[in-house]
Amino acid sequence: MTNKTILNAEHRHRGARMVPFGGWDMPLHYGSQIEEHHAVRRDAGMFDVSHMRVIDLVGADARGFLRRLLANDVARLTTAGKALYSCMLNPDGGVIDDLIVYHVDDTWYRMVVNAATADSDLGWIEREAEGRNLEITVRNDLAMIAVQGPLAREKGLPCLPAGLRGEVGGLKPFHAAHHNEWYVARNGYTGEDGFEIMVPAAEASSLWQCLAAAGVTPCGLGARDTLRLEAGMNLYGTDMDEGISPLESGLGWTIAWEPGDRNFIGREALERQREKGVEKRFVGLVLMDRGVLRNHLDVFSGDTRVGEITSGGFAPTLGHSIALARVDADAASAGLTVDIRGRRLPLLVVKPPFVRHGKATVELPD
Amino acid sequence: MSNTPDSLRYTKSHEWVKDNGDGTVTVGITDHAQELLGDLVFVELPEVGASLDAGAECAVVESVKAASDVYAPLAGEVISVNEDLAAAPESINADPYEGGWMFTLKIADPGALAGLMDAGAYTATVEAEDH
Repeated sequence: MTNKTILNAEHRHRGARMVPFGGWDMPLHYGSQIEEHHAVRRDAGMFDVSHMRVIDLVGADARGFLRRLLANDVARLTTAGKALYSCMLNPDGGVIDDLIVYHVDDTWYRMVVNAATADSDLGWIEREAEGRNLEITVRNDLAMIAVQGPLAREKGLPCLPAGLRGEVGGLKPFHAAHHNEWYVARNGYTGEDGFEIMVPAAEASSLWQCLAAAGVTPCGLGARDTLRLEAGMNLYGTDMDEGISPLESGLGWTIAWEPGDRNFIGREALERQREKGVEKRFVGLVLMDRGVLRNHLDVFSGDTRVGEITSGGFAPTLGHSIALARVDADAASAGLTVDIRGRRLPLLVVKPPFVRHGKATVELPD
Repeated sequence: MSNTPDSLRYTKSHEWVKDNGDGTVTVGITDHAQELLGDLVFVELPEVGASLDAGAECAVVESVKAASDVYAPLAGEVISVNEDLAAAPESINADPYEGGWMFTLKIADPGALAGLMDAGAYTATVEAEDH
């Protein structure tokens, strides 16, 4: 059974190539994935991200529960509307999902989780929440549109309800504002400025049409993937999963170790791993030769396999292929190679992101 | 709906073949193939002078989505390759049958051309794949 977002007819009307993704029928591109990518880097693009699931946690225990459930600490969210990126771990320290959590008010938190994992996430959250003074509501009544790019604010703001424009125009990054059922956050998954707009489903099509009329380019999942890869942002299910620790996925920065007595799920396993020494490190790779780094290609140091590409692809902003990879912690960065169709090609190891705000953030040799 | 010119011959693996009338053919990938692959970002072409068997892997087209082999539609020797594709692989997306040509072959057996599909047969194959 394939789910359709409320915007499905809009995508088909615009000639999108539709593909199954996480149980949903979603647009891959509307003609050219690379042109959509450039639209976001240079102008403004929009993505239907209604397949992601919005989960509200409301009640006196919401904050305490999330401090147990998530590896990052919602106590860091001291102002209304502030957002936090976090992993949700299992007791072994594996990543059940990565998500954004918003502090709507002191007894109301909102999580946005990945589409493919939403059902299992919800099962996990409900089991962990048993006996708590907490109400969990899936917000299927909301659609979500991400507007991204240097002109996202200029082109997107006039399409928001009048009562919201002023406040949204003044939002700092990683903050949200709401008005009735609209909830607008200044963040995204592309490395550009922009918004994620949660909107009542009944108003989603008119918002999409307004944005299109304002010159915001509809973009599919293809561009979404190359944009997030250039921005050095992990993709759940390829860069990390239930069997992999955030410490081996470049996500150590999302773990709130302090206060030391906050007993979040997975903490003990991560502490053991940290004491023992983390065996893998997560790196960015650039291929200077012609070719494309693909998921699961092996990475070599000399003749020894030292790791694997977790997500790779072509970076339209750089004109080269790039990847995220998990390699042995003790493998030297110099001299790594990848095997592409029987040829060993040299790799440049870099620290992600590769691109931010339209510009390369890694230095490439000529 | 993809474009399938009547003047060309086709293979099941989505190459098109143009008879140049002088014992050589020009080869590329079809409009349907480029649509399936999405934006092309790299093309690897055969070596000029290489002798190919019919059905041999002889080139690679890499798109944002995947790498895909291109097969020699007929046995023959590579006479020339489209050097412009190195800098502009997107020509295959924009113009698969003209600017997006990949290589020419001096074919070993001119009679073998007749064994390839015509536009009608190729279109039927594509439609069968889609259903």
